[in-house]
Amino acid sequence: MFTQLFLAAVDPWILACSSFTVLGTIVMGFWAAGRSRTASDFFVAGRGVSVGWNASAISGEYLSAASFMGVAGMVMSSGYDALWYPVCYACGYLFLLLFIAGPLRRFGAYTIPDFAEGRYDSPLFRRIAVVFVLFIGFFYTMPQMKGAGTTLAYIFQDITWFGRPGLPYPVGVVLVGVVITFNVALGGMKGITLVQAGQYWIKMFAIATPVFVLLSVYGGYGRQLQLNDSGAGRVQIRASETIRQALPAKAPADATWMNPFGPLTTKAAKAAKLDAPTTRRYALLYTYSLIIALVCGTAGLPHILVRFYTNPDGVAAKRTTMWVMVLIGVFYVFPPIFGALGRNWMPELYNGLSGVKGTDGIVLRLPVILRERYGMLGSVLSGITCAGAFAAFMSTFSGLLVSMTGALAHDVYGRILRPDASAADRMRMFKWCALFIGLVAIGLGTLVENFEINFMVGQAFAIAAASYFPLLFMSVWWRGMTTRGAATGMLGGGLCAVAAISLTSYTTFVTTMAGKFADRPMPEWLAWMKAHSLETFWAAHPLQRILCEQPALWAVPLAILLMVVVSKLTASSIPKDIRMKMLVLHAPEKLGLKQEYIREHDGAL
Amino acid sequence: MSRQLRLSIYCAAIFLVALLGLPLCNFLAPDFMAQRIGGFTLTWLLLGVLFFPLVWIIAAFFIRKSIDLENAEIREIAASRPSHSENR
Repeated sequence: MFTQLFLAAVDPWILACSSFTVLGTIVMGFWAAGRSRTASDFFVAGRGVSVGWNASAISGEYLSAASFMGVAGMVMSSGYDALWYPVCYACGYLFLLLFIAGPLRRFGAYTIPDFAEGRYDSPLFRRIAVVFVLFIGFFYTMPQMKGAGTTLAYIFQDITWFGRPGLPYPVGVVLVGVVITFNVALGGMKGITLVQAGQYWIKMFAIATPVFVLLSVYGGYGRQLQLNDSGAGRVQIRASETIRQALPAKAPADATWMNPFGPLTTKAAKAAKLDAPTTRRYALLYTYSLIIALVCGTAGLPHILVRFYTNPDGVAAKRTTMWVMVLIGVFYVFPPIFGALGRNWMPELYNGLSGVKGTDGIVLRLPVILRERYGMLGSVLSGITCAGAFAAFMSTFSGLLVSMTGALAHDVYGRILRPDASAADRMRMFKWCALFIGLVAIGLGTLVENFEINFMVGQAFAIAAASYFPLLFMSVWWRGMTTRGAATGMLGGGLCAVAAISLTSYTTFVTTMAGKFADRPMPEWLAWMKAHSLETFWAAHPLQRILCEQPALWAVPLAILLMVVVSKLTASSIPKDIRMKMLVLHAPEKLGLKQEYIREHDGAL
Repeated sequence: MSRQLRLSIYCAAIFLVALLGLPLCNFLAPDFMAQRIGGFTLTWLLLGVLFFPLVWIIAAFFIRKSIDLENAEIREIAASRPSHSENR
């Protein structure tokens, strides 16, 4: 009886595809768990992964809910402005390739904190580096959780949950979070390499297939954009020509949506009611700050960098980066097409604000429009995109969980708290840390229902850009860096970025929370927060708002400046073996200078 | 190392001119960038489609040159042994 009711309320195709992805991930995880025995297996998959597998795995881990759902949603809500995200997500890898990938791999350490300690011989520095693994990690898990909540709310939109229609957002977050957390706690990373490589191809298939079908039915990519030309140029040629659905009042107008300085970059200036030329200048500033955050941030993402250590040598690390750029570049052409299609054919999502019924769900919901012409095909394609969404947030969340757990178990417990712990102790600790971090991530995830997925990921990139990127870039290429210089720069730039971002996110959070109480009285604590939400300050100071929302423009130079100045002041403490260290970072491995830093510690593992 | 760095900077410069130049073009020549080509605006076509192949070309060029440089370095050092450790 219950099952019948349940199945009647849920589209069987969508449920089947999603369950297949989830079960496949878990089964592969457990299968791999039986094969990973040592701590080395857990942390970097034994270092012998081929270029093709590794490139697929990196791409699989990198393409998160933000890429799969968020980019399309943001292109739909903001238009051209949002195109910077997919382009810079893909192109940031070039910076990684040009300046960081090869040397880092040659240095050979498990994690960024390992690198920090090895380069500066300072255990203290390891602790500082760990802090940012956690900061960036948590900022990055929040949008994944939003993706999970949105997807489950969509799949179970017709069920009844304790007398109310639809599955509530937090329930979806908790469900998905618990499943992934247990999977990571029991499986480790050996399984994840395989699973993530497979998940890249699931995501690629899941985004490309519906796009090809939809474009063949509704007209090509260029055609979709042409429909958004309500200016003088637009002429309807035939009466039978498809005309898009009418846009609701909340949708941005055509001219704004196609404009390079659209709703996203001009938001702060518009709120302050500035004149048009000033608004454009501020929008340009916003765009540049966003570009710096995304490009430098990609080169400083801890959970991506750890993957380069799974390459057998520096040349393989470079080849892997090349393939990653091709794999993700091809992928990123598709989500904006979804956004353009969504604007023309499912504009009712503009009314859902940024919650679970908003534009972030466009990738999942859009294929359903095919139902009226082709029946079941719409459900099948929607099922496929749901499967892709599961692959997206599951793989990224797992990867983040592993790197954050690694930081806690390997760095904090294994190196700082109890350096003499036995291998069994470490393995047990890994599991407990995974559970703890999973719980915190779930808790944070339930708070962000009204934030755009893509926007949140952009914020995590900005923090990475202001902390890890300067650290890695300067440590690899400048021999004059001292421990104190590196630490001051990373802490100064990173913490300023975290603070600035938190300020504007706090305002957004309070404003959207208060918005829910439009027709009933607010609780006292919320009324107090609303009064202190900085909203009036931001309206009066649009430039400050832009620089706080996108801090990379000043935070990255600040970090580098601090590094240079403090290093010059403490020049006497440059590590004595700096020549040797630079040689290890830059000399070709065939010369036989390769020194696996970790080898010294192998006995302890 | 310095040759590798020069190569990296050279490739990064090409990339940055394209990446940072595009918003500037949008700012200075909005009408030119908004002209329609096959339905796309010029700037959408450049950013949303053509930017990816450009980056692949830069990356492929860099990897080929970079591996060549490494091999050249190994040959030089092999020719000047035994005092190899300080060579660059």
